[in-house]
Amino acid sequence: MNDKIDGSMGRRSPRGLRQFFHQISQMANSPWGSGPGKGDDDGKGDGKKPGPRNPWVTPDPADQRRGPKPRGPSALDELLRKGRGGFGGGGSGGSGQFNFGDSAKFWKWGVVGVAVAWVLFSSFHIVPPEKEGVVTRLGSYSRTVGPGVKLTWPAPVERIRLEDVRAIRTMAVGSPNATDENFVLTRDQSIVDLAYEVRWSVRDPELFFFQLADPEGTIREVAESAMRATVANFDLVQAIGPGRVEIEAQVQQRMQELLNQYRAGVMIQGIAIRQVDPPSQVDEAFKEVTAARQERESAINLARAYQQQVLERARGDTAAFDKIYEQYKLAPGVTRQRLYYETMETVLSNVDKTIVEARGVTPYLPLNEVQKRIKAPEATASAKGGE
Amino acid sequence: MNSLFQNPMRLLFGVVVLLVILSQSLAIVPEDKQALILRFGEIERTVNRYKPNEDFGRSGAGLVLRVPFTDGIQYIDKRILGVNMERQQVLSTDQQRLQVDAFARFRITNPVRMYTAIRTEDKLQAQLATILGSSLRNELGKRTFATLLSPERGAVMDNIQIALNREANKYGAEIIDVRIKRADLPEGATLEAAYNRMRTARQQEAISIRAEGQKEAQIIRGGADGEAARIYAASFGKDPEFYDFYRAMQSYRQTFLGENNQGGTSIIMSADNEYLKRFRGN
Repeated sequence: MNDKIDGSMGRRSPRGLRQFFHQISQMANSPWGSGPGKGDDDGKGDGKKPGPRNPWVTPDPADQRRGPKPRGPSALDELLRKGRGGFGGGGSGGSGQFNFGDSAKFWKWGVVGVAVAWVLFSSFHIVPPEKEGVVTRLGSYSRTVGPGVKLTWPAPVERIRLEDVRAIRTMAVGSPNATDENFVLTRDQSIVDLAYEVRWSVRDPELFFFQLADPEGTIREVAESAMRATVANFDLVQAIGPGRVEIEAQVQQRMQELLNQYRAGVMIQGIAIRQVDPPSQVDEAFKEVTAARQERESAINLARAYQQQVLERARGDTAAFDKIYEQYKLAPGVTRQRLYYETMETVLSNVDKTIVEARGVTPYLPLNEVQKRIKAPEATASAKGGE
Repeated sequence: MNSLFQNPMRLLFGVVVLLVILSQSLAIVPEDKQALILRFGEIERTVNRYKPNEDFGRSGAGLVLRVPFTDGIQYIDKRILGVNMERQQVLSTDQQRLQVDAFARFRITNPVRMYTAIRTEDKLQAQLATILGSSLRNELGKRTFATLLSPERGAVMDNIQIALNREANKYGAEIIDVRIKRADLPEGATLEAAYNRMRTARQQEAISIRAEGQKEAQIIRGGADGEAARIYAASFGKDPEFYDFYRAMQSYRQTFLGENNQGGTSIIMSADNEYLKRFRGN
């Protein structure tokens, strides 16, 4: 039914429009009198009744007959006539064929059509799946509707405002670029450069619309305040290292509490700290700490290596001793002698030996000779080395 | 009716007149606004006044009837509004300078008082910002710098809120929340000093980490030496006499033949030497 009306309206509308223009021009002519016959020369058969004079055209007191002719109908009339002429030429017989009764009827239809279209447009609403609609009736909150095709009263009575309740919005505070530093003080009065993101979504669109004058600004300010209050409870070392997750959780909780207190209808989905760094001015000192940590590790590693070395050596030495001792116990005297002679053999066969045999005679030791003999092998050794 | 349709201009005129009368006698008060009905400039009544924890839809918003041409209507925001205080420098009791900016959230709870006292929301916001600034300075001036960075900050904020609320009540507003957004050290000497402190703290940490590394290393070495001594003692202690002999033998080899023996060795032996005792054939 609606479609039918709509369709017919659609087809008729240009004609209705033409009618409308015609009406206006008629109005221009009829209530305030038409111009003289010659001025109105497009042959309209409309009312010949002598109406009052056109108030826009002052009659020339000098020559009544020439009267309004030179100035003629007003510019609006002229324009309308031209327009009508153009339409009329193509149309079936021209709009001039209609009389008042007919045109009034069409005019009425036009009004009805516009009204119906208005009602249709303003009372059927398609709410997309991710949105919810808040319906207000004459300004007063009426209901919140979910997705689908929803009916409301036409426009001035009920209005619908849609808000996305599924989308998770992101708001960045601070920036990871060095240009925009967002310094936050920590508990130990140090400074960190902080950049983070707040992810939030609308939970109750009606609260979101009606409670806060500037929801986004409020969320941003609440985020900043919560972040600063939270970081102020952490030491620098915690903040830039292991405390991050904790900070994120605390900020989220704090923000949610505050926003609930405001009844903002906003759900904080999460906080993501993108960057938390000491300021660039003290970065060097922080790197030094890292370097010191490496140094500590390497010192410990070296000590471990030494430990390995010493212990293995001890184990090796003792193992060797144990093996020999085992044998020694079986034949102590022989083994001892054997070890003694073997050792002496190897030692003495490779060194210079002087044996002083005469008893009771103070031996003369040619120390120079000895020295020489010591030097000689050295010289040969170095000569050998030089070869 | 017929004549109206026959003379559309008249109809148009009629519609316009009707609209004017309607707009003068009816008004829509939206959910997020409070309205004052003013009769010849005097407040006659209020519509949709703020009540705590009311449900939307039952708040009094909607269509309002008024006497045409004599009643004016003034809308006043019902939502939570914000005041932002410009960043300013605050001196704490320990003479630390701080850059502070704060914000407050408020709501107009008494539109009549607000309208008579200050007229518009904008003026109220400006006024509250000034008051917020001064009460913040007052309150922070009584505290040390460290307090602002501690959980006690909450108490500071509460005091400021109370002070601000007292003032705001005179304008028909209620402060919901006061928060310090940032409390930063000002640029220049203070900030430099803070950096220096951070730097030296890091250096201290670095040095202590290095020292700790040394200590750990020493402990490990000492432990190793001790363990080695234990191993040696356990093994060699079985026969100290033999160990003495065995070790002496090792030592001779090492001393006279080892790679570290430089400069050659000359041994002058007496014939009484144990090694040579067979030399004499006995």
